Amino acid sequence: MQHKVIDAEDVVIRFAGDSGDGMQLTGTLFANTSAVFGNSLSTFPDYPAEIRAPKGTVSGVSGFQVHIGSRKVNTPGDYCDMLVAMNPAALKANAKWLKRTGLVLVNSDAFDDASLQKAGFTTDDPFVEAGVSDRNIIVAPISNLTKESLADSGLDPASILKCKNMFTLGMACYIYSRPLDYVYGYIASKFAKKHPEMVEPNRKVVTDGFNYAAAIQAVPNVYTIAPAKLENGTYRNITGNQALAWGLIAAAQKAGLKLFCGSYPITPATGILEELALHKSLGAKTMQTEDEIAGICTSIGAAFAGDLAVTTTSGPGLALKTEALGLAVMTELPLVVVDVQRAGPCTGMPTKTEQTDLNEALYGRNGECPVVVLSSHSPAHCFDAAFMAAKIALERMTPVLLLSEGFLGNGSEPWRIPSMSDYPEIKPRYAKASEAPFRPFERDEKTLSRSWAVPGTPGLEHRVGGLEKMHSGALSTDPENHALMVSERAEKVARVADMIPPLEIDGAASGELLVVGWGGTFGHILSAVEEARKEGISLSFAHFDFINPLPANTGEVLAGFRKVLVCELNSGHFAAYLRSKFPDHEYLQCNKVQGQTFLVHEILSSIKKAL
Amino acid sequence: MKYTQKDFKSDQEVRWCPGCGDYAVLAALQRVLPKVCEEKGIDKEKVVVISGIGCSSRLPYYMNTYGFHSIHGRATAVSTGVKVANPELCVWQASGDGDALAIGGNHFIHAIRRNVDINIMLFNNRIYGMTKGQYSPTSKLGAITKTSPYGTVENPFNPGSLVLGSKGTFFARSLDVDLALSEEMMLEASRHKGTSVMEFLTNCVIFNNGVHSDVTDKETRAERTIVLRDGQKMIFGKDGEKCLVLDGWKLKVALVSEVREEDILVHDSHSDNLGLQMQLADMRGPEFPVALGVIRRVCDGTYDERVASQAEEVSQRSKVHSLDELLSSGATWKVE
Repeated sequence: MQHKVIDAEDVVIRFAGDSGDGMQLTGTLFANTSAVFGNSLSTFPDYPAEIRAPKGTVSGVSGFQVHIGSRKVNTPGDYCDMLVAMNPAALKANAKWLKRTGLVLVNSDAFDDASLQKAGFTTDDPFVEAGVSDRNIIVAPISNLTKESLADSGLDPASILKCKNMFTLGMACYIYSRPLDYVYGYIASKFAKKHPEMVEPNRKVVTDGFNYAAAIQAVPNVYTIAPAKLENGTYRNITGNQALAWGLIAAAQKAGLKLFCGSYPITPATGILEELALHKSLGAKTMQTEDEIAGICTSIGAAFAGDLAVTTTSGPGLALKTEALGLAVMTELPLVVVDVQRAGPCTGMPTKTEQTDLNEALYGRNGECPVVVLSSHSPAHCFDAAFMAAKIALERMTPVLLLSEGFLGNGSEPWRIPSMSDYPEIKPRYAKASEAPFRPFERDEKTLSRSWAVPGTPGLEHRVGGLEKMHSGALSTDPENHALMVSERAEKVARVADMIPPLEIDGAASGELLVVGWGGTFGHILSAVEEARKEGISLSFAHFDFINPLPANTGEVLAGFRKVLVCELNSGHFAAYLRSKFPDHEYLQCNKVQGQTFLVHEILSSIKKAL
Repeated sequence: MKYTQKDFKSDQEVRWCPGCGDYAVLAALQRVLPKVCEEKGIDKEKVVVISGIGCSSRLPYYMNTYGFHSIHGRATAVSTGVKVANPELCVWQASGDGDALAIGGNHFIHAIRRNVDINIMLFNNRIYGMTKGQYSPTSKLGAITKTSPYGTVENPFNPGSLVLGSKGTFFARSLDVDLALSEEMMLEASRHKGTSVMEFLTNCVIFNNGVHSDVTDKETRAERTIVLRDGQKMIFGKDGEKCLVLDGWKLKVALVSEVREEDILVHDSHSDNLGLQMQLADMRGPEFPVALGVIRRVCDGTYDERVASQAEEVSQRSKVHSLDELLSSGATWKVE
């Protein structure tokens, strides 16, 4: 069959199926294939909290969206050009994400009466009911085609049926002109050692899917998406959690330290602990502790004993670590706490993304208890953010809270691999023994940071703890001493501003509107700003990676604009924070608290309303 | 010896109530550490003392060593982190019955399960002293305290059975008033590789005075306690007239004169006989004497050692030895 070939600048594909259908893998392989092909891309997995929710129901639908482009792609995309629905529930749950011009690919074998009913369809035409009957629909009996393809493979029927996602992947690769080389390579390395009998069947089924799509008339067009013009270099695809773990290892190496991570598994942060656990050869020690509190307390112990110490968690875990984080503030030990945010409060929606822990990060402790707070703005940026968090902690003897998001942790994008020689040294401020007795809370004049006296060093024996102390280390309830220590601890954090880069403005330095964001909303805001400019709107954009302290030029930047529009996935934490620091500006808000990322058009409409 | 007791005393004034049992445990620790350093061939900067919150948890401030006074219940987690970060350190922990067994119960049993090589000194005065007299998880059923004015209606923990129930590798018990025995227990604990739990029955002179007097009073101690020593028959009493024997699977107190000599139990802390050791740790009056000494010490791998040796082993096998190698591993592509 000769299909018409269309050049597309970018396309969005959403793979959706039952949580056992393997859609996360299909989406990841499609994304990696596109990355190796040279496209710019962004991905986002959208999956239920249940490992296997009731089969065939809407609540059990697992999705993976990938946006690929021949120019820079900022987000996983609002709406998709192709929706792959492996069962009726997947169609029902995702039809709303399909573009008016979109294409639907369904596994017709899964559209029997019982499944339609389970998905909540009440008529016998799910396409009309889902509102997609006017689109191009490829109705393919994928289960049966997979069975035919592997009839002679010697695999048992259950194993054969599991391969239907690979058949689907083959079809998608044909429709979007993706070569299969990467997938073949993946299959070979995945199965070669333990299940060599699986290599050939998987190769065959993905190839048969590709050829099937090539042969049928139902495929309306074939698309090509040219490689993006990216900066020269070697690239890899990376998720936020992986990048964050690697950034921590990098920092430990630059500081000449071992890395200790005490953590308790929690969605969506667990990937960091899992990744670190792999890298013992690079000096990473991981400890899966009995609870969140032990996670941070073992890390505080390790920090006291001289490791670069880290604990990773999500919102509910951060709540449990609160008291111990105060201990790290009081003992002035270097500690990195990572919060991969998810929808709250309490257990909330564990697999859904949000930025609702900012207030908790800034204010969620007893007493006057400032910590450095920073955030990462894209999956790959998690590497730099983690590196910087560790550098600040070690050089300024303070706990640092790094905010990531479920969207970043599980999302992925291509990353130009840096050389470690491009990264700065990290120089912890070690104490030196002298004749005079060691004073553990004596401070550096410039940074106000104390020095680190690691057990095992002769002559520096000292005691730290949660009780208020004097510079000498002696306990004290003296009112003036307490006031002094409170102000010094706050000022120490404030002075971190001298080591962070100034806030950059995308656009003119003054004007009517400055759009502001922080964390993982970066790509969506950038896209909305670019769209607005295309429509002739003049505006500027500034994105904050550093939240406490703010970059030193923040007030100056804000002063250039009549209005500031703060976009964030919460009810307005950062807007309130900016208002408290710089009250003389007019702040407008663009907020969303649905457990979902922004859609570009939502920000765009807020921008238009602001003007 | 390189050090004396004085080398381990800090310049801080000790601020426990006059007559508090904690003084004696502190003194025992300061006296034993010179011997510990000598035996291990380490300098005193390798000694770290860690605590949680409570009266006894003030102990690190009185020690001229590296010290960490952490937060309530978390001393065991902090100690674990210190030891895993640097297995060369000699880690001592001071925790009260509330710190270790109530708010910190989870960390306590998990450290024991992992067998981290730390020495936990459990100060058991069966009361919350620092908050001025509320019942603790070791207060006896019916104990009248400020929060149980009509007596507690909950059973206490016996720390020994908690340790042995977690398959602890070392458990010993001593009395605050028996400085020599306490010192001996500490030395044995420091020799043991793994989590060594020492329970000290301590007196809170203000809020629970005399709670252990039935076993600590000089006049009755010989009748109501038995010091277990390896290879020795389990004989006690003022004139050594009583002994422990087995009656079926159960322990029984008998008169030495009424049993065959070979039926008198001989202590073996090294045997992995958890059932008997559990019974010994659980003994209490009036029927039984309270067991003192090292009740159990068995060999097993320690967590910190296993962490280190696994890291070593994986490093030797691994193909990735630098971060640049890691960053370039797996699927990559070039843009030129």
